[in-house]
Amino acid sequence: MSGVAANPLGKDLLGLEPLTSEQIKLILDTAEPFKEISERAIKKVPTLRGATIVNLFFEASTRTRISFEFAEKRLSADTVNVASTGSSVQKGETLVDTARNLEAMRIDMVVIRHGASGAAQFLAERIESNVINAGDGTHEHPTQGLLDLLTLRDHFKRIEGIKVCIVGDVLHSRVARSNIWGLKKLGAHVAVCGPRSLLPNAIDELEVEVFDRIDDAIQWADALNILRLQLERMQGGYIPSLREYNRVFGVSRERLERAPRNVLILHPGPMNRGVEIDSDVADGPFSVILDQVTNGVAVRMAVLYLLSGGRPELAEAAKRGSAR
Amino acid sequence: MTRALLLRGGRILDPSRQLDLAVGDVYVADGKIESLGSRVDIGSRDDVDTLDCAGLIVAPGLIDVHCHLREPGREDVETIATGARAAAAGGFTAVCAMPNTDPVTDNQAAVGFIVRQAARAGAARVYPIGAISLGQRGEVLAEFGEMVGAGAVAVSDDGKPVASAHLMRTALEYARSFGIPVADHCEEPTLAVGGAMNEGVVSARLGLKGVPNEAEEIMVIRDILLARRTGGHVHLCHMSTRGSVELIRWGKERGINVTAEVCPHHLSLTENAVEGYDTNAKMNPPLRTEADVAAVQQGVRDGTIDVIATDHAPHHYDEKEREFADAPNGIVGLETALAVNITWLVAPGIIDLPTLVDKMSCAPARIFRLAGGTLERGAVADVTVFDPDARWTVDPARFRSKGRNTPYAGRELRGRVHFTVVDGRLIHRLSE
Repeated sequence: MSGVAANPLGKDLLGLEPLTSEQIKLILDTAEPFKEISERAIKKVPTLRGATIVNLFFEASTRTRISFEFAEKRLSADTVNVASTGSSVQKGETLVDTARNLEAMRIDMVVIRHGASGAAQFLAERIESNVINAGDGTHEHPTQGLLDLLTLRDHFKRIEGIKVCIVGDVLHSRVARSNIWGLKKLGAHVAVCGPRSLLPNAIDELEVEVFDRIDDAIQWADALNILRLQLERMQGGYIPSLREYNRVFGVSRERLERAPRNVLILHPGPMNRGVEIDSDVADGPFSVILDQVTNGVAVRMAVLYLLSGGRPELAEAAKRGSAR
Repeated sequence: MTRALLLRGGRILDPSRQLDLAVGDVYVADGKIESLGSRVDIGSRDDVDTLDCAGLIVAPGLIDVHCHLREPGREDVETIATGARAAAAGGFTAVCAMPNTDPVTDNQAAVGFIVRQAARAGAARVYPIGAISLGQRGEVLAEFGEMVGAGAVAVSDDGKPVASAHLMRTALEYARSFGIPVADHCEEPTLAVGGAMNEGVVSARLGLKGVPNEAEEIMVIRDILLARRTGGHVHLCHMSTRGSVELIRWGKERGINVTAEVCPHHLSLTENAVEGYDTNAKMNPPLRTEADVAAVQQGVRDGTIDVIATDHAPHHYDEKEREFADAPNGIVGLETALAVNITWLVAPGIIDLPTLVDKMSCAPARIFRLAGGTLERGAVADVTVFDPDARWTVDPARFRSKGRNTPYAGRELRGRVHFTVVDGRLIHRLSE
């Protein structure tokens, strides 16, 4: 596929930290027309016909992988899924060898999910194909950040000036990092709230507000993005128990009802109901958790389209299948 | 009989005697420093080679008290011979090899093997360091006495911390019997576990697990207190933090028998070198912040830090070409150390050349009780001749070491070794 030079995002999407606010807005704007494709009876346009995409998942993932796959298929790309089980990865093949083999098969794009921070960049530096980071270790998960931004923008009609608090295990969360960069670049006020043992020690240097108490965060925020608490954090000694976590940091309806305004609820999933989020919050009137999932497909279509050299001003036409 | 050597017309620096002779000759014969002065008369001997040292520094041979030569066990990444030649190319006339080989250098036979391989190589001298504990497992003391008898000059479990304070205490006491330092790799293991770089804003951004400064400093103060308790000599390896410098200063002010080393990379680079997940910037201890670099530089300047040592740690290139968290720690250093130190310490005026020669030659010899480190008449003829101003660009493909992993690749450095003389023999000369 040609058009790397013309592509306004650069060759790869590795994170939101390296992007400008204009690039982020461009992706969100490009996602808008793609939303509609998923609402059709025949959810397919020929935009990426002939493009080959490998979804390279070294970590178990259901929703991100399926979301990418739908985005690719609705754009008519040919896709191959490689999961870490049942491939040479399990036989000890190194990432660099995997990269060289993919390169040799002349594929156009790679979507990579990997447990090591920096793995997407590592791959991107070694192959000519476009690389999309679908989550690398505890570094970034840019398409999740983008779909969160799109969901917030849908609701508030803007990002600038809104107050968003990221709640939970910021230390180990790639979603948190992508959210922090994306929100800040678009002018939102960003805060984090969680046990100090699950916040980076250098959190102050990331220039976000820090709340030690969830009630204070709820008082302040227009929206909460509630992170999944990885159950292994307890074994790691970061927190004493899930029960106490829920009592101290869990987002409950009772707590939200004390807020001065309706607080929008986001969660990247999968949820631990009764731990970081109570069911009546997840299923409540201010939850946009399923809107996030819907937007995920549109955002990923936009990223695939732009990286493949699709022109943003033609996205509307692209969705009609008439131009690329 | 080896031919004699006349090193003619260089600037002679011998900090062991506060000597700085603007232009002079050094004459070595029969493996000894024979004479030194502004004009040495060699009489009627006709078996003398003359090396033109005009415009160059003539100094006692550099000594590295901390390197990893990987033999036995990983001869694919370095051998004692390739390491000793890399050392010579870097101006080192002697190096101390750490015992974390496979098998571990924890007995007299293993020490003897290194001595024999070094003699065969015929390049820089290689002094073995024996393990503190059998297998470096941190449980049972190795046989210091027999290892010293076979040629070991110190003990260390480097690569691993001595987690047990009791074992460290016993090692310091027992080492006193043999007059050797106990060199410790200061790292509190539960704080450092899983860490891939310095803990700070860069690790927070990159999503890499950090190692806090305190992982080093807790062990530094533990070791200093145990040295005070036991009277043993603790040598603290590769110091990297501001707090460590302050703690060592505290210990020295109280007359505690503590010495310390720092590596060229901790004197020149910060955690920012890790940006982009560059595994050539991954080492243990990790690169720290600007404030830490400034503090260790100041420690070298004011004498708190005694020695600059390389922690030369070669790896196979494809071991380093992988995900950052999984890549091994360590970089090669023997062939860049002098130039890095000149570029970052001498050129900006933080220390002068005599101080640098002291940190890289005289002090290592004094602290580890090794031959050399002086140009005194009758001393071993270990001499390094270098141009402190020459600029060159680091090209790892030209290293004598088998290792290529360096964060200085492509950088222009100042300071180039011209001649390395060991035991009166010219073992390295600059070839362009």
